[in-house]
Amino acid sequence: MRNPLGVIGLLLLVFFLVVAILAPVLAPPAWEHEPYRIPRDGFSPTPRAPSEKHPFGTTEGQYDIYYGLVWGTRSAWVISLIVVGCSAAIGIVIGSISAFYGGLLDEAIMRITDIFYAFPFLVGAMVLTTILGRGLDNVMIALITLGWMGYARLIRGDILQIRESEYVLAARAAGAGTFRLLTRHILPNAIWPVAVQGTMAMGSIVITAAALSFLGVGAPTGYADWGQLISFSRNWVIGFQGNPLAYWYVVIYPSVAITLFCLSWNLVGDALRDILDPRLRGVA
Amino acid sequence: MITFIVRRLLLIPVVVFGCILLVFGMMQLLSPVKRLSLYIDNPNELKQLSENLDVMIHRYGLDRPIYVQFASWLGQVVRGDLGWSESAARPVSGAFKRFFPVSVELALWSALPIVLGGILLGSASAVRHNKLFDHVTRVFAIVGWSLPTFVAGLLALFLFYGVLQWFPPGQIGLDAAAVIRSADFTSYTGIISLDAILNWNWFVFVDAVRHLVLPVIVLSLVSWAMLLRITRASMLETLRQDYVTTARAKGLKERVVIRRHARRNALIAPITVAGITVAFLFNGLVITETIFDFHGLGRWAARAAQTFDVPALLGYLLFNGVLIVVANLIVDILYAQIDPRVRLE
Repeated sequence: MRNPLGVIGLLLLVFFLVVAILAPVLAPPAWEHEPYRIPRDGFSPTPRAPSEKHPFGTTEGQYDIYYGLVWGTRSAWVISLIVVGCSAAIGIVIGSISAFYGGLLDEAIMRITDIFYAFPFLVGAMVLTTILGRGLDNVMIALITLGWMGYARLIRGDILQIRESEYVLAARAAGAGTFRLLTRHILPNAIWPVAVQGTMAMGSIVITAAALSFLGVGAPTGYADWGQLISFSRNWVIGFQGNPLAYWYVVIYPSVAITLFCLSWNLVGDALRDILDPRLRGVA
Repeated sequence: MITFIVRRLLLIPVVVFGCILLVFGMMQLLSPVKRLSLYIDNPNELKQLSENLDVMIHRYGLDRPIYVQFASWLGQVVRGDLGWSESAARPVSGAFKRFFPVSVELALWSALPIVLGGILLGSASAVRHNKLFDHVTRVFAIVGWSLPTFVAGLLALFLFYGVLQWFPPGQIGLDAAAVIRSADFTSYTGIISLDAILNWNWFVFVDAVRHLVLPVIVLSLVSWAMLLRITRASMLETLRQDYVTTARAKGLKERVVIRRHARRNALIAPITVAGITVAFLFNGLVITETIFDFHGLGRWAARAAQTFDVPALLGYLLFNGVLIVVANLIVDILYAQIDPRVRLE
């Protein structure tokens, strides 16, 4: 067991996956066709402590925290998988084209990448979601649009490096064509740093989406999303005079969920990087 | 070296122009009412907008061809007129003047924990590889990296303000604010802690620092964690190099070996990510200022996004774009200065 932390991360991820898959069983939806709508038990603005009916308590506006956490797990997985998948795909395609054709096209694509890099990620995502409207799909579009550059740069660097390595030269000498070189030799080796980057991004994308919800420009109000739950907790952080811990459940539960999800992806990413160490140079 | 700098300098306007083009393109996705708000800097006119829409459109030239619009908007921007920001109740350029020092104060103070925590702890951790110190710092680093900024901020408020009552939110207390507004206190820079030093006012300085502790820690957490891990990894790799073994074999003290030979070369990797740290700081500022109620650029940007204040958002995007490009250029020059191998490219 060379990497106990990585195993812990993996176990946590499995736990989150199970919760997400079993969401309809663990927290049956109140409205059949809107499972992501958190059920409200009244409209009182004061959160209520955990009880029989609400195992983790309720937020302001009486949204059930337990329900929000369980279905929020599902939305966390959906967001991270789709955003990371799409931005990685776009980044890989663009980066590969840039690296392979080189010359002016490479220079132009790298300048375009620089332009996108110059955009502040969070505020840019906020602007895009404001323009496109609230809702999870717009959040994902915004995050993909602003997030592909890292993968492009990474794969371009790796391809440029691998292109000069001996096994590629040997394959070329043996008569392999461009497409075969790319798919059989270069990409399978260049992809690993991208994979590590992707696992790290899984956590940070969920955090960014939660930050957008926290700032009020992400998922619509009442949507089962961890960031939403945290934004509901903002006014209750300091409790009331004489009892600062009065509303601890509103803050602690969603915070722990988000932190653990991101932590587990980081641990897995770290373990992955350690495993691939001899083939990776540079930043750890 | 000079050609390297010149080449990079020439690229700045290209990238900035591309940014402006992208921002202008995004503008076109908005409705005419929103687009008009960019050209109108009189708040009264803004209120009458929906009534005389056609008149307004013609007056501000929104019916002209796109490239003409772009040229005139560009001219406006260059002259410093970025429209009226509703969320700040003042012109966008005025909002920048008002909010910029606050963010700068947070960012400058954050440099302290980032450099000390990140780089120094990272190299110390690498030197004590796999000992207790190393493990403890690694755990802290990975938790710091995984903790979202807003969670860290809320938890910090919860613990240090709610329970312990040590550090309050907000930028400055009421008493100190009264001192600042009084005639004895001159605001040279707008940065409260700096002004307090320049005014030789201990009370205001202590109050400012007291309000700065929590947001600075929260803001620097992510960058600190990242720098720590990168420095540690880089240092570990450097310590395995042949020249380090040679230095030891020559009989040099371990301290000298680490400080003079290993650390300098290990610092190359952290510096390359210094550019990303600037980007992290910008993102962190938005959340940190919102949570701790600092009236800086980040909080303004967040409110502008929430209230759909288009001129403010676009002004902020432009500003941020230029700043990131310049920061990256500085980092690249520093990098080329430190690592001679890069200059030969």
